[in-house]
Amino acid sequence: MKGNNTMQKGETSNGVEGMTVIVKTIASWVKVLIFLFGINIVLFGHLTPGGGFAGGVILASSYVLLMLAFGRKFAEKNLSLPLTSKLDCFGAFLFALIAILGFAFGGVFFVNYLVKYSMPLRLISAGTIPLSNIAIGLKVGASLFLVILSLSIFRLDASNKEKE
Amino acid sequence: MSVFYILLVFSVVAAIIAVETKNLLSSIICVGAIGVGNSIMFLFLKAPDIAITQIVVEVLGLIILIRATISRDLTFITGEREFFGTVVSVVVIFIIFLAGIKVFETLPAFGTPIFVKLPEVAAQTYIAKGLAETGAANIVAAVILDYRGYDTLGEATVLFTSIIGATVILRKKAKKLLDATDE
Repeated sequence: MKGNNTMQKGETSNGVEGMTVIVKTIASWVKVLIFLFGINIVLFGHLTPGGGFAGGVILASSYVLLMLAFGRKFAEKNLSLPLTSKLDCFGAFLFALIAILGFAFGGVFFVNYLVKYSMPLRLISAGTIPLSNIAIGLKVGASLFLVILSLSIFRLDASNKEKE
Repeated sequence: MSVFYILLVFSVVAAIIAVETKNLLSSIICVGAIGVGNSIMFLFLKAPDIAITQIVVEVLGLIILIRATISRDLTFITGEREFFGTVVSVVVIFIIFLAGIKVFETLPAFGTPIFVKLPEVAAQTYIAKGLAETGAANIVAAVILDYRGYDTLGEATVLFTSIIGATVILRKKAKKLLDATDE
């Protein structure tokens, strides 16, 4: 990515190639921390504030950082568009499966049928609540990254020439 | 208590700047500042779940907005503001503000429990037996995923459907553009 001297007013240089070396170095360290923090918020959703929705958005934002710093093509090689949509559908299906299994095991739709096997205030406790949090976190994260990736593929400027 | 007034003044000033400025980027950053002020207010009002969700969604929405506007050629807002439209909006907002003041006068003080007169209502059961029945220390997670899990299923379905709708509309054009540039 050499110096691009043919930029018009308002056009950016970070369409496909990504940003400068400083941003790339820092982003490659920070995105792992953000991803780990998102997993922490999702997994401990029944003990600390957070839960599936906020944790899923944090997971998506780590991939958005990857896409902004390294360019869209690099992020697509890392987590392609069909795989993201499959993860999204899998998360939604897992959440519905937990609800239906509540009907199968407990007699009532969406009952918490695993709570009698656990002791409270541990990581593995509270029955189906951590499993639901994982499913929702996966679904929300994949959904938001899917939307941002699709918006980035389809982005026209005023002259309608290029696609980034 | 005074920290709430400081944050309120901060949010109001950011909102006024967001409306009045002519530079699109400054306007978007001021919208982000409103979100940050709201999130800190939620933190001081002892609602950490909402504070986390507010700040994270604010950041992601800000990124989407900035990406959508920087690539345009025109980053300044041109055109005049309609006089009649502005007057109608300000009058409606002022009437809603007056109604809101009347409603807020009837609320009890912050921190006092409001359901003590009705001990058999559902909220008292959640607080009293939440930890014992579900085993979750976070009562918010216990309510939205165990006691009211059906509402969360509806919310997840709404999110799923809206993402599918957006992706279907965007993929047709993206496929057309990708085919056009690959030739």
